[in-house]
Amino acid sequence: MTKTSLLSGGVSRRGVLKGASAIGGAALISSMGARKAQAQPTRGGTLRVAQAHGSTTDSMDPGSWENDFTILQAHTRNNYLTEIAPDGSLIPELAESWEASADAATWTFTIRSGVQFHSGHILTAEDVVASLRHHMGEDSTSAAAPIVAPITDMRVDGMNVIFTLASGNADFPFVLADYHLPMLPSRDGAIDPMTMDGCGPYKIEELEFGVGATYSRHEGYWKSDAAYFDAVEQIVIHDAAARQNALISGEVDYIDSADLNTVHLLQRAPGVVVLSVTGNQHYGLPMDTRAAPFSDNNIRMALKYAIDRQQLVDTILNGYGAVGNDHPIGSGQLYYNTELEQKAYDPDRARYYLAQAGVDSLDVDIHLADAAFAGAVDAGVLYSETAAAAGININVVREPNDGYWSNVWMQLPWCGTYWGGRPTQDLMFSTAYETGAPWNETYWSHERFNELLLAARAELNEDLRREMYFEMQQICSDEGGALIPMFAAYVGAHSDALMHGEQVASNWRNDGHRIAERWWFA
Amino acid sequence: MSHIWSMIAKRLALGLLTLFIVSLLIFGATELLPGDFAEEFLGQAATPETVAAIRRELGLDLPMHTRYIEWLTGVLQGDFGNSLSNRRPVIELISTRLGNTLFLALYAAAIAVPLSLMLGILAALFRNSFFDRFSNASALTSISFPEFFVAYILIFWLAGRGGMFPSMASFRGDPSMAEMLYRTFLPALTLTLVVTAHMMRMTRAAIINLLASPYIEMARLKGMKPMRVIVKHALPNALAPIINVIALNLAYLITGVVVVEVVFVFPGLGQLMVDSVAARDMPVVQAVALIFAAAYVLLNLTADVLATLSNPRLVHRR
Repeated sequence: MTKTSLLSGGVSRRGVLKGASAIGGAALISSMGARKAQAQPTRGGTLRVAQAHGSTTDSMDPGSWENDFTILQAHTRNNYLTEIAPDGSLIPELAESWEASADAATWTFTIRSGVQFHSGHILTAEDVVASLRHHMGEDSTSAAAPIVAPITDMRVDGMNVIFTLASGNADFPFVLADYHLPMLPSRDGAIDPMTMDGCGPYKIEELEFGVGATYSRHEGYWKSDAAYFDAVEQIVIHDAAARQNALISGEVDYIDSADLNTVHLLQRAPGVVVLSVTGNQHYGLPMDTRAAPFSDNNIRMALKYAIDRQQLVDTILNGYGAVGNDHPIGSGQLYYNTELEQKAYDPDRARYYLAQAGVDSLDVDIHLADAAFAGAVDAGVLYSETAAAAGININVVREPNDGYWSNVWMQLPWCGTYWGGRPTQDLMFSTAYETGAPWNETYWSHERFNELLLAARAELNEDLRREMYFEMQQICSDEGGALIPMFAAYVGAHSDALMHGEQVASNWRNDGHRIAERWWFA
Repeated sequence: MSHIWSMIAKRLALGLLTLFIVSLLIFGATELLPGDFAEEFLGQAATPETVAAIRRELGLDLPMHTRYIEWLTGVLQGDFGNSLSNRRPVIELISTRLGNTLFLALYAAAIAVPLSLMLGILAALFRNSFFDRFSNASALTSISFPEFFVAYILIFWLAGRGGMFPSMASFRGDPSMAEMLYRTFLPALTLTLVVTAHMMRMTRAAIINLLASPYIEMARLKGMKPMRVIVKHALPNALAPIINVIALNLAYLITGVVVVEVVFVFPGLGQLMVDSVAARDMPVVQAVALIFAAAYVLLNLTADVLATLSNPRLVHRR
């Protein structure tokens, strides 16, 4: 599930690493899927999607969307100003084009004309402003409030919207692809956040939170080469066995997550294709860098060398993932630091850093619950085994799933976390690593890192930018408080009658949650 | 008969008092849970500003007693309020799910009650025979397994590729009665297996208990057939405990089936309750808790009334 991650994934901004050459970023499509994916899309059929998440307490309000059910609903019903393409590049959606001032602080977006909502309303620039304003201001209850906070002014000029930002941001168009920011119809300068209307590929016929939703195709949809299904059905199936059974018995066509413990059995089922996509989703064990003993970087380094990353990938992820290197940038991203040494399990080096810190053994508590990520408690127990060899006694404290994000995460000095990742390096670092960021879960504060972050954000020279991001990953890995042992793949499965494009987006599950628009039946 | 009516009135009044106390306890317990609605709603995305804004908007920053009294005044006027999370009226949120839950409970009861009475009577009739031991053993086996295990076994045997029944019980739109009975057969069967043992063994025990009484001896000596002795003479006197057990199991079928709901993807009240507690959605939690409590109160009352009616000494009291 995606507790907060606003955006994620993305291979490159300009499609540099397009294709399978990008080991982590490009979709690792199973051989069967790849072979079948060549067919031409055809219209028709009802896509039935079973999802692991979705609660009766979900809401239509875009500011509240946080789980896969609401986010898939969002992309099935709505369109956004910009879209992250399957290869991770940014492409226009409701914004036809955009242009930045030299300092990247003023942005002019040209809105596509003639876009029709399900209700018949035609999209205006005022709708755009109202849709974004819903998340802004002091009384905003939106989870996206921090990401739109840098917008200081929005001005309408015909079909153009001119944004003024507090400071230059070369990645601003990526921000507008965030799933909290769909374009909704406005009246008198405000949107109704509870509306069921939208201008996306499918219109809602019936929706009951925690149960499911049905959609029919929006015949006035402006994209001609998309939305091949006649109808779409979303069904919430919390139980992993029930979900996989529904796929095997043909009651659904696609399940958004497979149980990693039984996925090898699912693979054997006839007519079922397992789809694994590795993107930027990563699991971490953030340490509060203000609290002893984690305030000493030697202790942090000792802990980073005391974990067996490969073992965690093999056992906790059942091999569906890759080792992490204590920074949040995925190996498929444009500025991924290829020169950084991969940290591996090394008890001697861990001991060396302990000695540097002036101690010869260490007792620490780690607070984990499976709410942090699936298998977090098991990961902690495995970790404590390997760390013991380095003289580090890790006491795994099992915390309740219920209330984990308000009572444990960012409250206790060492816990577990997960991130869906962000499409750009800047968004990821400024969300969770910049000093004072609301989600800086390690309370880390590094002067040089912050300087580089600001400089890189407004830097338009590719080489300089690369250099800066390389250094930031180095700093993060060697001095940061985030222990990031693994990147986890999105593992789903579908019937072999279901087809998808050559590349499946890795920014989110469900082909970037655009499965209803991008996939088709053979 | 008048004392039965006065008993019903008294018990209903006490029931209302029970509901009031339940609502107080549930409210207090929800308050004691770590984190409030604003924090749970935003989860990992919470920032102090947005949490404060949500609290302001929903009045969660008011003191506890003010919020409780506000809620209670609403309920007394027939207004159960809106869900905090999706702002839909609680009544609307609950009505379809309550219908689903009651449908499944009645369906399971319609199979389980006759089945367990029959098995209980037969087991008493042929006690210590192979049939008695076999039905006892299988009923105890099915009650001993966790519900989800029974559910998976049934899915494995009866659903799946080429299976007779669907593994997903949810239905959309306006299905016919036959369709609904067909789709919810496996969950109803699971529940039947879970509750049968209790009722069957109580029936058997209550009847066997009476078989040693002198009047049964007399009936036998008159040369009555064993079946007639049991059904005509023993059963009416054994009804009170049996009715009580049936009422308890019916209440369980309404309130305790969340696991079965999850496995069979059936949208009932259980999942709504679990989700609402996790989100600290107080108005929904309260309403569902009141429904559950009311189910216990009413079913217990019904059981007591029926038990009284089944006993002439209580009906014609001097």
